Amino acid sequence: MTIAAERMQEDTRRVVEPGVTPMGVTAHVSDIVLEAPTPLWWWVGFGLSAGLLGLFVVAIVWLFIRGVGIWGIDWPVAWGFAIANYVWWVGMASGGTLISALFFLTRSEWRSATSRIAESMTVFCVACAGIMPIIHLGRWWYFYWLFPYPNTMALWPQFRSPLHWDFVAILAYVIGSVVFWYVGLIPDLATLRDRATRRWQRVLYGILALGWQGSSQHWREFKTLYLVLAALMAPLVVSIHSVVGLDFAGGLTPGWHATQFPPYFVFGAALSGFAVVLMLVIPLRRALALSGVITLRHVDVLARLLLTASLLLTYCYLLEVFMPFYRGERHEITVVLANFTGVYAPWYWAKIALNSVVPQLLWFRAVRLNRPLLFVIAAGVVVGMWIERYVIVASSLHRNYSESSWFPFHPTVWDWATLAGSAGLFLTGFFLLLRFIPMVSMFEMRELLQKKGRSG
Amino acid sequence: MSRVLAVFDSPDRMLDALRRLREAGFSRLEVYSPQAVEGVDELLGRRSRALPLIIVAAGVAGAVGGFLLQYVGMAVHYPLNIGGRPLNSWPAFSTSTFELAALAMLLVGVLAFFALCRLPRLYDPVFAVPGMERASQDRFLIGVELREASIDRERLDRALARFDGVRIEEVPE
Repeated sequence: MTIAAERMQEDTRRVVEPGVTPMGVTAHVSDIVLEAPTPLWWWVGFGLSAGLLGLFVVAIVWLFIRGVGIWGIDWPVAWGFAIANYVWWVGMASGGTLISALFFLTRSEWRSATSRIAESMTVFCVACAGIMPIIHLGRWWYFYWLFPYPNTMALWPQFRSPLHWDFVAILAYVIGSVVFWYVGLIPDLATLRDRATRRWQRVLYGILALGWQGSSQHWREFKTLYLVLAALMAPLVVSIHSVVGLDFAGGLTPGWHATQFPPYFVFGAALSGFAVVLMLVIPLRRALALSGVITLRHVDVLARLLLTASLLLTYCYLLEVFMPFYRGERHEITVVLANFTGVYAPWYWAKIALNSVVPQLLWFRAVRLNRPLLFVIAAGVVVGMWIERYVIVASSLHRNYSESSWFPFHPTVWDWATLAGSAGLFLTGFFLLLRFIPMVSMFEMRELLQKKGRSG
Repeated sequence: MSRVLAVFDSPDRMLDALRRLREAGFSRLEVYSPQAVEGVDELLGRRSRALPLIIVAAGVAGAVGGFLLQYVGMAVHYPLNIGGRPLNSWPAFSTSTFELAALAMLLVGVLAFFALCRLPRLYDPVFAVPGMERASQDRFLIGVELREASIDRERLDRALARFDGVRIEEVPE
């Protein structure tokens, strides 16, 4: 291969490689689901994921039998892994919504090929996120008290509490994410219905496609609805992370009580979200032979977004250190110093390294295009973001105002089992979608190619 | 009255044919395509009018209803005097009001979309037309309603005469 050809291969401007046709994409993407035999890597991945999911079920059943005492939570650290996991999962979910909704509104061409992977990821991230606050309730069977339903006790939920805002926000976000994902899937389900050769596929996709005809009327209403949904999901994703930030900022706990928390959590969410999308896109474009439609342009854009989010978050990390000293409040300073040198110092510095320092490598084009390295950096960010949530939750609570109740948090094996198990729920769900749902939006690719064809 | 479908293999040829059919006086036309084709709605003279209005109405209802729900709960049914703070603490209600308005728009929008498109409708006569399965892949179809079958069919054939090799299929009753 000559140097010129190598350069061609590393071109980061094309959103579609030359030679890709609308019918080619349609046939390739739908055959992955309809025709291709289930590959070995799928069975291995699915088996491991299902094992983790089993662990999750065991951890939750045991929790339901014995109560939250099986976890390491106690006074003063009453918010342990469950809340850190919740914030982590809901943050990662944002990646799908940001790519799919925000970059739909900006009319970014690179969005089309990655939107389905990103949205599918969101659906199972919010599922994992939604479970966490419920199992964290000591008496989880009363969780419906959050709904303002007419009850014989004549009680109302406290609408003024950020924790209740959070309940409403996540309710809207979960429903919105699923609806957005499914509506965007309908035309592709119709394609699967029409290409299916086996009877069960025809029946399954026929029912799921709801009788989509692709008539001009259907497309007209579809376009209107999809634009509205995107315009709603973009502010919803910002609002949910802002409200998650307010859950913390609304408490007087040192280290939490800061006005920067809403944007701080939005930036963190974006960082972990883009990282997960990268971790899925890099192996999938190879495993499903999608490099014609998911090009180096996509990898490059996602890496740049990861770097941008990392810089924004680093700014918040700096403010988090600066503000306590600026205010001069003793306990706030105690928490910062405890982070630097205390029991949580290894976690704190690991978070700084993984979320702020290592992503600086992405300034270099060679790193952005080096897929294995990029995968490792993204994985580091995902781990780093979990650590960040853990440090925020545990470190602040273990240095509260009353010095008599300074005590660190010790996670138990059930804490770790819940964390690992929730990853099992996510991965099992995602592997199933890989097998049954087209991982690239076929109709959007056809639209993109049609537009490109017309403009030359 | 009967319906036929003319099958084209490119969006541009389909648009051209659609223009000719409009000029020939056909008005009851419908296009079936694997992706939205720019220019079809203009030629057919149709727009999505109802859906945006329904969604805006749902948003207003969701916002007003969501705020009232909180107001009634916190200020009327279960007032709590906490240090004399106002019961109608609207800034604290604003977040949930926004979320509930967005939720109402999402849900009503999807239901209205289904109603306007008459979905779910798993069977429709057009699905029985051979070649319709390509309308979700790579073919662009024009559905034409023929009021007086023989006369209109002749007009149709004349209007589409220049598109050689175009397949015309009858839609079963």
